[in-house]
Amino acid sequence: MKTNPETPAVELESNPARTIKIIGVGGAGVSLLDTLDGGEFAGAGLVAINTDAPSLATSAALVKIHLETKLLRGLGTGGDPERGRAIAEEQFSTLKTACGGADVVLIVAGLGGGAGSGISPVLARAAKETGALVLAFVTLPFLCEGNRRQQQAQQSLEQLKSVADGVICLPSQKTFKLIDENTSVLDTFRITGGLLVEGVRGVWQLLTRPGLIQIHFDDLCAHVRDRHSESSFAFVEAAGAGRSREVVEKLLAHPLLDEGRALAEADAVLVSLMGGKDLTMAEVNRVMEQIGRHCDHAQIIMGAAVDAELKNRLSVTVIAAKHNAVATAETPAGSTSLGTSGDQAGQMISRGSGARASSRCTQPAPAPEPREQLLARHTNRPRKAASKMRQEQLPLAIISKGRFDKSEPTVHKGEDLDIPTFVRRGVALN
Amino acid sequence: MFDDANIIVGLEIGTSKVCAVVGEQNADSTLNIVGLGQSPARGMRKGEIVDAALAEECVRNAIVEAEQMADVEIRSVYLGVTGGHVRGFNNRGVHPVVSADREISEDDVQDVIKNAKAINLPAENTVVHAVRQHFLVDGHDGITNPVGMLGARLEVDMHVVHGNTNRLQNSVRLVKGLQLEVEEIVFNGLASSLALLTSEQKELGALIIDIGGGTTDYVVYADGVIKHTGVLAVGGDHVSNDLAYGLKVPLSRAEKLKLEHGAALVDESVRGQTLTIVNELGLPLKTVNVEHLQRIMSLRLEEIFQIIASDLEQAGLTDYLRAGVFLCGGGVRVPQIARLAERLMQMPASLGQTNSISGLKSALDQPEFVTAIGLAKFGSLKNRKREGKSSFANGLRSTLTSFLRRS
Repeated sequence: MKTNPETPAVELESNPARTIKIIGVGGAGVSLLDTLDGGEFAGAGLVAINTDAPSLATSAALVKIHLETKLLRGLGTGGDPERGRAIAEEQFSTLKTACGGADVVLIVAGLGGGAGSGISPVLARAAKETGALVLAFVTLPFLCEGNRRQQQAQQSLEQLKSVADGVICLPSQKTFKLIDENTSVLDTFRITGGLLVEGVRGVWQLLTRPGLIQIHFDDLCAHVRDRHSESSFAFVEAAGAGRSREVVEKLLAHPLLDEGRALAEADAVLVSLMGGKDLTMAEVNRVMEQIGRHCDHAQIIMGAAVDAELKNRLSVTVIAAKHNAVATAETPAGSTSLGTSGDQAGQMISRGSGARASSRCTQPAPAPEPREQLLARHTNRPRKAASKMRQEQLPLAIISKGRFDKSEPTVHKGEDLDIPTFVRRGVALN
Repeated sequence: MFDDANIIVGLEIGTSKVCAVVGEQNADSTLNIVGLGQSPARGMRKGEIVDAALAEECVRNAIVEAEQMADVEIRSVYLGVTGGHVRGFNNRGVHPVVSADREISEDDVQDVIKNAKAINLPAENTVVHAVRQHFLVDGHDGITNPVGMLGARLEVDMHVVHGNTNRLQNSVRLVKGLQLEVEEIVFNGLASSLALLTSEQKELGALIIDIGGGTTDYVVYADGVIKHTGVLAVGGDHVSNDLAYGLKVPLSRAEKLKLEHGAALVDESVRGQTLTIVNELGLPLKTVNVEHLQRIMSLRLEEIFQIIASDLEQAGLTDYLRAGVFLCGGGVRVPQIARLAERLMQMPASLGQTNSISGLKSALDQPEFVTAIGLAKFGSLKNRKREGKSSFANGLRSTLTSFLRRS
């Protein structure tokens, strides 16, 4: 790799060892957790939570929490999220202890059933109350699994979105594009699970690997927060000489991105590149250029990191979030604004000690400072993302057209010329 | 008392004022301005009537004033029209020369002009002007009179100005309601250019920008003929409206501030300077930042020029304007506007002077009367043509261009 002398040492240091806990909830969550076990996820605290003893028994997770009560008579939730929720509320303190000490909690669950749908939102709330940042990776059931499960999943998803900092959701139905006629049911579920795991891995790498161009965790949160389930992600890898081109091709053909359509429709795209030591700036640039071309409306946040273990492979994680007005209206700003990772610990403490033991975590709207600081810090670096960043505007202010209110508007190239020029051009008068 | 036949009246019903100019045609066909009447306009928006009753009263006032001043009875007027619906475009007519000797005759010329005028307009639109530009004989450009030349194919370029019939008729009806005859309707921008430009400037290429109260009309001359016309329904009213919104003052106050402290470029010396608005008792009501006032104005005017500049660039005319930009209309009373125009158009810009017309000096010096004077001039050119026609029977073709060129 051509080492970039400009790479500030600060960037590498600003990634303190974060405690990350990955919590699998429900039958699907627990079995997904097993596939995560070992290897690169060694640093993570794996926790399995279920109401069903047999599933926990086979799990390889370090910490297993069996939510049991007389209410269930050892039979699990029976596919009823209400039971799941009830038991989770009952054992709220246990859940809180399980999340304790973590900076980041990743919840992995399959929605639609009883345990996953019922417990996940409560768990997310518990995790938030310990001061951790919460990201949920969930699957939605196949359409053929029936209406009831769909509804339960949607309901749970909404609840989850209002509590967790970010929800990344994988509608299982989309995996139909990945399978053919002969794929067995087992394989299908493995593929679905595999996709989710890839997402977790992508975020994991984002958070743990030293970044050359770092994606800060608040970037990630600002990115996924308050998004609708349309938040789609893709994780692709390629090796060899033409790897940057191959990666882009794979991305654009990725079924979870709707063959690139998700990129075009997204209004925020987070891209994380990970390469071996031979990762070149030209490659980063090529990939970003291609992605940038496909999402013209989106704000792009990019990060690049080097991992020696990747050798000659290049992996790219893309999270494309499509803003949904309805979803935003329904979900309160249930997320946090963290400072840069350097002062994260301090903030954590203050957050934890704050009088926030309310049942629903509704934080104040995030302050704009972190993003601006970030921008200021990155301005003198060749960063494509910087040019794409923009302050979003809410169409709330009604601009009076004064005396032209009732006359035919003078529209020139899509601009209403009756609105004062200084307003349209955003010239600030102070 | 003047002979009525020689009295020509130009009437402009503008967004901010109604202006009637009375001209007298001398024996040698030159125009002499003998009267002027004006009245602040009401019931107008963006160059069009929104309250006919109010507008009618204003027109009556202006006409009466002009009649008193010139001591004539006004019977007919040349009426200026504008509005966001008025558009101009170039059209080409083709006619094959069929005579055996291939000599182009008068009839061929008539036919080709007829063809050029046969244009596809939306059903609700009518042609205001169809101005001849140049003839082409067998693809050879720049011919002004092809009669007697040899060729197989005769073409002519026309500049057509058209607008929505109903909206044009509104002002015509209003004037007719006052027992006045409308001789012809004339596009305001065209009238202004007649009043301002000498034939030399038309030949060199010039851009006229008439910034009125509700609209900005512009006309481009090059090679002696009209190449481009346009209307932008943005004018001085927008400037006042911007100020009222930006400075949070009533519209009437904004209007006053614009006249007293406005500038097209932000003056360095006003940085941080404030004005205190007082009520009729002398008590302070509000303080206004002069820099903001000028910035708001500057941005609006800048935008007007930018839109025109990009329009001309699209039409590929920017390089033909060697005489520069001439500004007129009430909107150009803003200090420094010529410098702003110069900067944005990147060519010399100046406030237009009504040349080639004699008469009341006080009237001629004002940029807001240019259009009305131009209307009277248009009338005098038409009159001259009519006289010529009667003496030459039906020998002469009746197109506006020849007169425009002769002026």
